[in-house]
Amino acid sequence: MTDQPQAKIRVEHLSLYYGDFRAIADLSLTIYSREIFGLMGPSKSGKSTFLRVLNRMCDLIPGARVEGGAWLDDEDLLAPDYDLVRLRRRVGLVLSKPVPLPRSILENLTLAPRLAGKKDPGELAALAEASLKTAQLWEEVKDRLQDSALKLSGGQQQRLCLARTLAMEPEVILLDEPTSGLDPISTRKIEETLSQLKKHYTIILVSNNTKQIARATNRVGFLLMGSLVEVGDTQRVFTAPKDNRTDDYICGRFG
Amino acid sequence: MRLPPRTVQTLMKTLLWALTGFTLLILVFIILDIFIKGLPQVTFGFLVHEPQDMGRHGGIFSTIVATAYITFLAIVLAAPFGVGTAIYLTEYTREGWTTRIIRFGAECLAGVPSIILGLFGFVLFVMKLGFGWSVLSGALTLGIMVLPIIIRTSEEAIKAVPQEYRQVCFSLGMSQWQAVTHIVLPAALPGITTGIMLSVGRSLGETAVLLFTAGAALRTPVTLFDSGRTMAVHFYILAREGLSMPNAYGTAAVLVISILAINLAAYTMMHRLMKKYS
Repeated sequence: MTDQPQAKIRVEHLSLYYGDFRAIADLSLTIYSREIFGLMGPSKSGKSTFLRVLNRMCDLIPGARVEGGAWLDDEDLLAPDYDLVRLRRRVGLVLSKPVPLPRSILENLTLAPRLAGKKDPGELAALAEASLKTAQLWEEVKDRLQDSALKLSGGQQQRLCLARTLAMEPEVILLDEPTSGLDPISTRKIEETLSQLKKHYTIILVSNNTKQIARATNRVGFLLMGSLVEVGDTQRVFTAPKDNRTDDYICGRFG
Repeated sequence: MRLPPRTVQTLMKTLLWALTGFTLLILVFIILDIFIKGLPQVTFGFLVHEPQDMGRHGGIFSTIVATAYITFLAIVLAAPFGVGTAIYLTEYTREGWTTRIIRFGAECLAGVPSIILGLFGFVLFVMKLGFGWSVLSGALTLGIMVLPIIIRTSEEAIKAVPQEYRQVCFSLGMSQWQAVTHIVLPAALPGITTGIMLSVGRSLGETAVLLFTAGAALRTPVTLFDSGRTMAVHFYILAREGLSMPNAYGTAAVLVISILAINLAAYTMMHRLMKKYS
């Protein structure tokens, strides 16, 4: 089967400025449906900022200005009148710092779907259970879904936040360092989960951990000071990088 | 001459302790004075009987009703405006000259002496709008008086809600209003409640405003347009006219107990809310 991969997100000549500082510089990139795209680069290279453009969370940053174009399924997602509530339901973002809402574990998962129009409690509970299972948290919390989510440990909170985004049933999942606070076992579980999720979702994974990117993604982009240095199949980039800077970064010579 | 640091430490600690102790002592003295002179008057009959002979005899039933009526109405009228303004200032507008003007206006309103506010209420509600000396005029003016307190405390409470909660709400596809009603307000509720309780306390103890706007009729007010005498006003008149010092102190005791009870109730309620949401 050699069907042409379908573009899910297309970005052209995208730049983002915080005042005078250019956080993203003339970035062009296509992300295909049902792939895990990894974005790596040293800190402050614009990785997280790029994710925030894709669901327009960048609108909330005072003084941020975006130039260029970005499309989700050929809809111009930077259009000023674009329906942000709908966009954010389609493009879910998991922040690097886990922030559970001050509610019960169950409510953390069901609040957004409920506000999006799902009313049936049985359906919501099933959705919560499925998302928790996918995020590898179900076994640990199934007996205390009514407890406050703030009582969970850091790693559990991180998985809860992933489950919360999954429960929205988005089309695209943006993950900003989803395993930064996790132990190696949970990290591996999450990575396994991601390869499962790939069947239904388009995933963009931002990580400082190059090994994780190498393990978990299909294609990868290397971002340096807001510019995309290299893009390609993960295996190719990690075995035969075209740019010396990519080579240096992968080998840990800077970053 | 320099004292050794340890001596200064001990000295200052003693001084600060003395200052704190003195403050506490004043409070205890006031409450004890009121209770010793007032509590003997406070019987069940005192609470449920109408005042007689200008308050020289009988109970204070009508003033309890008037106090509850006017305070309740004032808070119900002021809270939506105050909390609404606070939500607008914190969530729906960026910091700029408009917000500064609104905030400055609220500060000024808070600085207006209550007697002048009373006069304003008298001119506007009692005379101009023709509500007369009434529960309604009194509650409206009291509402204006406590508005800045509610705005200020609600604003602080809403601001204290972590910014990340809003980010999470938006990234989960919630609208601004959904984020405010489902996450921000519940998290700010303890603070907002505190502000409203402070306002209740202020309203219960207010006299100047009500002398001008609610009048001092001793009948139990029924409709919004009846005049009513609150406990604080009753105490003022009894003491000022020298009608009955024992009854004045009895009224004061009931007033102080109500304020303490309301604060205690608010505190426990807040505690429960905090437990629920954290």
